[in-house]
Amino acid sequence: MTDSKYFTTTKKGEIFELKAELNSDKKEKKKEAVKKVIASMTVGKDVSALFPDVVNCMQTDNLELKKLVYLYLMNYAKSQPDMAIMAVNTFVKDCEDPNPLIRALAVRTMGCIRVDKITEYLCEPLRKCLKDEDPYVRKTAAVCVAKLHDINAQLVEDQGFLDTLKDLISDSNPMVVANAVAALSEIAESHPSSNLLDLNPQSINKLLTALNECTEWGQIFILDCLANYMPKDDREAQSICERVTPRLSHANSAVVLSAVKVLMKFMEMLSKDLDYYGTLLKKLAPPLVTLLSAEPELQYVALRNINLIVQKRPEILKHEMKVFFVKYNDPIYVKLEKLDIMIRLASQANIAQVLAELKEYATEVDVDFVRKAVRAIGRCAIKVEQSAERCVSTLLDLIQTKVNYVVQEAIVVIKDIFRKYPNKYESVIATLCENLDSLDEPEARAAMIWIVGEYAERIDNADELLESFLEGFHDESTQVQLQLLTAIVKLFLKKPTETQELVQQVLSLATQDSDNPDLRDRGYIYWRLLSTDPVAAKEVVLAEKPLISEETDLIEPTLLDELICYIGTLASVYHKPPSAFVEGSRGVVHKSLPPRSGSSESAESPDATPSGAQTSEQPAVIPTQGDLLGDLLNLDLGPPVSSPPITTSSVQMGAVDLLGGGLDSLLRSDVGGSPAMGSASFTAPNAVMPASLGAPISSGLGDLFELAGGVGTLSGSYVAPKTIWLPAMKAKGLEISGTFSRQVGSISMDLLLTNKALQVMSDFAIQFNRNSFGLAPAAPLHVHAPLAPNQTVELSLPLNTVGSVMKMDPLNNLQVAVKNNIDVFYFSTLYPLHILFVEDGKMERQMFLATWKDIPNENEAQFQIKDCPLNADAVSSKLQGSNIFTIAKRNVEGQDMLYQSLKLTNGIWVLAELRIQPGNPNFTLSLKCRAPEVSQYVFQAYETILKN
Amino acid sequence: MMRSIRASSERKMIHSLFLINCSGDIFLEKHWKSVVSQSVCDYFFEAQEKAADVENVPPVISTPHHYLISIYREKIFFVSVIQTEVPPLFVIEFLHRVADTFQDYFGECSETAIKDNVVIVYELLEEMLDNGFPLATESNILKELIKPPTILRSVVNSITGSSNMGDTLPTGQLSNIPWRRAVVKYTNNEAYFDVIEEIDAIIDKSGSTVFAEIQGVIDSCIKLAGMPDLSLSFMNPRLLDDVSFHPCIRFKRWESERVLSFIPPDGNFRLISYRVSSQNLVAIPVYVKHTISFKENLSSGRFDVTIGPKQNMGKTVEGVIATVHMPKAVLNMNLTASQGSYTFDPVTKVLTWDVGKINPQKLPNLKGIVNLQSGAPKPEENPSVNIQFKIQQLAISGLKVNRLDMYGEKYKPFKGVKYITKAGKFQVRT
Repeated sequence: MTDSKYFTTTKKGEIFELKAELNSDKKEKKKEAVKKVIASMTVGKDVSALFPDVVNCMQTDNLELKKLVYLYLMNYAKSQPDMAIMAVNTFVKDCEDPNPLIRALAVRTMGCIRVDKITEYLCEPLRKCLKDEDPYVRKTAAVCVAKLHDINAQLVEDQGFLDTLKDLISDSNPMVVANAVAALSEIAESHPSSNLLDLNPQSINKLLTALNECTEWGQIFILDCLANYMPKDDREAQSICERVTPRLSHANSAVVLSAVKVLMKFMEMLSKDLDYYGTLLKKLAPPLVTLLSAEPELQYVALRNINLIVQKRPEILKHEMKVFFVKYNDPIYVKLEKLDIMIRLASQANIAQVLAELKEYATEVDVDFVRKAVRAIGRCAIKVEQSAERCVSTLLDLIQTKVNYVVQEAIVVIKDIFRKYPNKYESVIATLCENLDSLDEPEARAAMIWIVGEYAERIDNADELLESFLEGFHDESTQVQLQLLTAIVKLFLKKPTETQELVQQVLSLATQDSDNPDLRDRGYIYWRLLSTDPVAAKEVVLAEKPLISEETDLIEPTLLDELICYIGTLASVYHKPPSAFVEGSRGVVHKSLPPRSGSSESAESPDATPSGAQTSEQPAVIPTQGDLLGDLLNLDLGPPVSSPPITTSSVQMGAVDLLGGGLDSLLRSDVGGSPAMGSASFTAPNAVMPASLGAPISSGLGDLFELAGGVGTLSGSYVAPKTIWLPAMKAKGLEISGTFSRQVGSISMDLLLTNKALQVMSDFAIQFNRNSFGLAPAAPLHVHAPLAPNQTVELSLPLNTVGSVMKMDPLNNLQVAVKNNIDVFYFSTLYPLHILFVEDGKMERQMFLATWKDIPNENEAQFQIKDCPLNADAVSSKLQGSNIFTIAKRNVEGQDMLYQSLKLTNGIWVLAELRIQPGNPNFTLSLKCRAPEVSQYVFQAYETILKN
Repeated sequence: MMRSIRASSERKMIHSLFLINCSGDIFLEKHWKSVVSQSVCDYFFEAQEKAADVENVPPVISTPHHYLISIYREKIFFVSVIQTEVPPLFVIEFLHRVADTFQDYFGECSETAIKDNVVIVYELLEEMLDNGFPLATESNILKELIKPPTILRSVVNSITGSSNMGDTLPTGQLSNIPWRRAVVKYTNNEAYFDVIEEIDAIIDKSGSTVFAEIQGVIDSCIKLAGMPDLSLSFMNPRLLDDVSFHPCIRFKRWESERVLSFIPPDGNFRLISYRVSSQNLVAIPVYVKHTISFKENLSSGRFDVTIGPKQNMGKTVEGVIATVHMPKAVLNMNLTASQGSYTFDPVTKVLTWDVGKINPQKLPNLKGIVNLQSGAPKPEENPSVNIQFKIQQLAISGLKVNRLDMYGEKYKPFKGVKYITKAGKFQVRT
């Protein structure tokens, strides 16, 4: 008899029948019934209705039955917490059972029940289990601490469980060690403020010892934990590396990759002259190659990571090209990744082999793969100049095959080759032209048209060729139309006599018969150019083009550095930082590679380090907003109410790059990965206890929304007048109004608390959610006496900016929770950015110029400040009061130009050019910043300051 | 009371697992956290449809709220649902471990076997993972916690009413050697090592080696009583410079003395795996002479393949099978085999030639006519020939075990080493 019998159902109500069986007196029947229930569960049937009946079977001395009941409970404990609590007495009793298996089961299942109430029952048994004589129980209990922490973090801290957990790292049993580390790193990750894995040389040493002792899974947790540590010098980095390298020989590929991550990161600190550096490089290659002989799924993840590693340190695998050669029965996702890495590794030394392979691939069956192989040949030509000729002839061979998609891909890449090596391979144009008719893909057509236009003077029948495309002009895709327009204009400029009619035809098609504004505009521009000044037209249209860059697909260096810190994670598979795509990732701390020690290295970095920017302040980097509210004070508010999240990856990456990388290079100090940074954040001592909170979710959220709308506008002068942040009707009678101010370097939140209820209010406490600039209360909220009905108290709460950082939207959004003896209330408010402008925000003139140039133009933002009656000097002094410093003033063509700088608390510099025309109340403000996201808010601050 | 559901509680590694067969039925689901609806698998099915071939389904799929990380084993997709940033290799390794465990327990990892043992499967899954942390994944330990089904036991169980669940704790958990049970008893004490090497190679048209490497493993079957401490040494350990070890091996000993020193798990396990890549060290035991050509306009082609021995150290090459994925345009093939038999599947276009042993005096040959679809253009691609073979009593890398010493126990064990070389992914381009 097999378990499949449990799947047979009777006609009568199945649940009903099971219920009867579960309540049977016969033990055997009960057991069979529970098995049936579990069988139903495995196929996704909802049998939660049987909860009470199954729980009734729990009081038994039959271990098998008990275990089965526990299986059921673990599945439903989470969704049926209130019912699960019925079983609590049995759990507590089972925690005392002489059989360790049962003790472990009980403590484990209790942890799955996510009800605050259960925690009171859980503490004592858990404490005992953590010290149990049996390691199986201890390791289960270790995990349970993480579960409990998730329900009630404060309780776990108060009960000292965290210390016990830390002690378990030195347990004699490797499984216990593994789970203790796993639990600790989970807790640390979900509450970076908990100051838990404050990694110091001692605790690192402990972890490294545990690394040798614990199971493979525990090793992964330990290695990932180590990767977050920032060694104090290169010597420490080396000694950690030495102790981690044996892990490269582990059979578990996840262990290997986590070890690679640690090594790649710490290597950054080692001087390249060191012998050990070379040794380490050599040691990294074999394990990476070995990953490629594993199952295809593992290969895929390994390849995505190798792609990063190869970009960061090409020397590691430069001799291993061959292992990336594609086998015909590799899955397609492996093939495509291998191809990508082959091109990255291509060099003069191995290009012959690579080309031979690529040519082989171009005759394979899989169309996607073939296309990519053809493109790869083109990329090789562009990357390795010496090979260009061979690549072109390979492409020509491929064109001869006449396989349609091969020909089209080849033409697209040949166009790129022309752009890289102009006037070198034009002899092939004739061959290309033969294939004109077979081109049916827009990209290929556009490429071909570009070639014809570009080399019109050498193609006798260029006019005929282009004319042939013109017939179906309106059916072509936009890129083909645009290309055709340009090509014909080029042709006209080169051979004006024969092609006048043609150019007129295309101009009228583009300008008169087209609905596409891009096409129309381009048509008009050409038309105007040609009709007013043909010489100028020639200069513009036939201007020399910049050569295309060698590798267009390299990951941008700051992002690459960040991704290296995420080797082995999903981020490394998607090549995006986790903040960009993991839903609910709570303010992921932005990680960065450690700076290399030794001065020899810093000289090679091109990004000029502004001397004035050296600051002891931790530059807070702004991770993208993740789970906004879920995170608020570790309270549970249900699903995130994220305001329109930035979803497109390009925007994300850009943002991270600018805020993260830009800052890194600007400040050159260690940013992330150090848990120490988070440690200072939750400073409010009267921490609000989640257990005691009871505000209904819906209304809490409602408040936030309405408030956000209400406070949305900035008001007032330097210190804006107080506005109502929390109306009394939303907060059971408590009304809060307030504003922000900055005085001699300290920020404060000025509050007015009014009691509009009939009862006395006391026990006030305040906390902030993580926010973009790490604003946090620097002291607890002191309300000296209980607040009597109708009494108002005025307070000033000092703030600092060392709290946890999470990017908010809008950037200056601050979510606040205020607690009193009645309840907890939430509101959000927008703070004016100028409270973050620091006193030493005046940049050196030279530095200003260099920095202004250095920041790319895309980062420049322009704003209009309307109706401001002040003159330049008044503006300058007014702004200075708010730490916006004028560095230079110049008069250009009757306009006053003010060059200004300011610096935010997290080290972001903003440079400004303010143009003031005497007599005109409208100013033009241009802002340049490596983190352009702040520009808009800086502009708001300007407006606020100037208009008040 | 109100807030028992919280966003932050979702951040665990493996949230749920779905097992899906090739026809797209979800036949088992297991949730370690809250229950996730089956509908999440729709994204997987979508990807599967796009991939056309089951092997080509990408292992990491992102959906609006989850990530699906899957493996494909024994015609079953193991699809795990992930909600936060996790190391995908961790998940994939774990899923493979789950599949290995099923294989180990039920003799096969098939839908039927899993369905027949749902309760055990559930117990195993629960035991293997708690709150996203792998708990026990070592077969030795699992087997003590949850007894594998045997026909005899289920008969006995149904008569006596006893259970298949261990009611004591696995002893291995108490020691620092989690891979070994404490009390192991045997009357015949035996230790066997199989040195198995697979050659992965790509041979180009002209017969020269594009790429070759050897993937070797030493699989062990050790049935020794008590707590034996073994040392295995090699004649030429320098061959092993890229090695992955079972956790039982003392790395330091290996680093300093190049000796494998370990307290073995009980039963079958993989001691090490290694890779020998330096190309001059990789002998290629067979060669393939081939003419596969198609004539334009004639709707036919020629096929002529001969396989011969090359560097085989005087051993017999046996178990030879050649498979060729013929181009789509091939309708059927009319061939004559000088030895062995061939089949051509007109649907998948796969030609399989079971050659058997290679006799160096009379080389096996397969030749004849290829019929193409009339009117179809001449196929552009050149099919690769995939070769399988076996050579007994030879490790092609030259690796040789020197001696095995046992400490810690008094008895004299029986020891044996076997060598075998096989083709791995051995491809000849034509």
